[in-house]
Amino acid sequence: MTTSPHPLAAELASSPRPQSLTDLFISFTLLALQGFGGVLAVVQRELVERKRWLTQEEFIEDWAVAQIMPGPNVVNLSLMIGGRYFGLPGAMAALAGLLAVPLVLVLGLAVLHDRFADSPQVAGALRGMAAVSAGLIGAVGLKLGAALKRSPLPTAWGVAIAALGFVLVALLKCPLIYVLAGLGGLACVLTWRRLEA
Amino acid sequence: MSAAPDTLHLALAWSDWLNIFGHFLLLSMMSIGGAISTSSEMHRFLVEQHHWLTQEQFNAAIALAQAAPGPNVLFVALMGWHVGMNAGSVGAAMFGVLVTMVGIMTPSTIITYSAARWGHRNRDLRAVRAFKQGMAPVVIALLLSTAWILGSSVGEANWRLVLLAVGAGLVIWRTRLHLLWVLAAGALLGAFGLV
Repeated sequence: MTTSPHPLAAELASSPRPQSLTDLFISFTLLALQGFGGVLAVVQRELVERKRWLTQEEFIEDWAVAQIMPGPNVVNLSLMIGGRYFGLPGAMAALAGLLAVPLVLVLGLAVLHDRFADSPQVAGALRGMAAVSAGLIGAVGLKLGAALKRSPLPTAWGVAIAALGFVLVALLKCPLIYVLAGLGGLACVLTWRRLEA
Repeated sequence: MSAAPDTLHLALAWSDWLNIFGHFLLLSMMSIGGAISTSSEMHRFLVEQHHWLTQEQFNAAIALAQAAPGPNVLFVALMGWHVGMNAGSVGAAMFGVLVTMVGIMTPSTIITYSAARWGHRNRDLRAVRAFKQGMAPVVIALLLSTAWILGSSVGEANWRLVLLAVGAGLVIWRTRLHLLWVLAAGALLGAFGLV
């Protein structure tokens, strides 16, 4: 095992992974259907905690790439995960799973919307779900925070960078691109210096 | 603003659809942080400049995609749908969905897929490792910020919604309860007017 040129390959073979393109498509369809107000919280729960296709660290790393690339984050993540296991067909299967059924559903809702938009119950339920989905995303942030302990950066630095990022984006409303380039760039350089070549 | 018409009756030519398609292709390349970050530009283009979409339809598209299951990018499909309906038929609406969705998805998908493949092939490079691991604190900051911004926008209605958001966050953070139960609880509390 230790002499194998690709020890990761053996590890990959034994760790949980999507079985087929159909598995990818169905998994992402189910993910998408559970994701009210965004799919992120569900992706972390299902793919990391239940299916274990990704570790917490891998999820953060992929999420960083998904975030910095153009396109919706969850869409980017599905492309990356599908592509890793089955190449381009995998990426397309995951993407189709994420979009196809929800698209039909949202168009159906648009047709119904005019009829029910004035109902106070419907408006109230939507408000309640929006509040919950804000909480869900916050919980994902807190869970992933645990991964800072295993970062090459000293934990205190990681926490300080995260706190500064929160102040810049949430409180000062800095444009995302400056935060990613400035603070993200700084964090990458600091990490680069702590990693052995 | 108040002078804007409630309903639109459009006659869209092929050149108009091409114009929309080209515009969404461009927006796709600029959509870092998600398609929603380009929504103000969509508003300028569709509502203010060309009057292909009413203000109400624009607002409803965003709100509905947020509330429905699935990725929020589907608000783009709803805009295409409404533009097509304004042009007079369900067929045109379907075509609108096709034009806007293919436009907003194609460039970003190609860029992201290629970049991710490159990153995966070169994952042992020190620079790639530094990028992926170094971004972790910023990723966490962005998630907490998203929660904060969403939470304060719903919380403007009343403080009990803030309490609900915080409570839901704590439950998901500390327990393994299924997310759908928490969402259903939020929907019920809202429907009965308790939050």
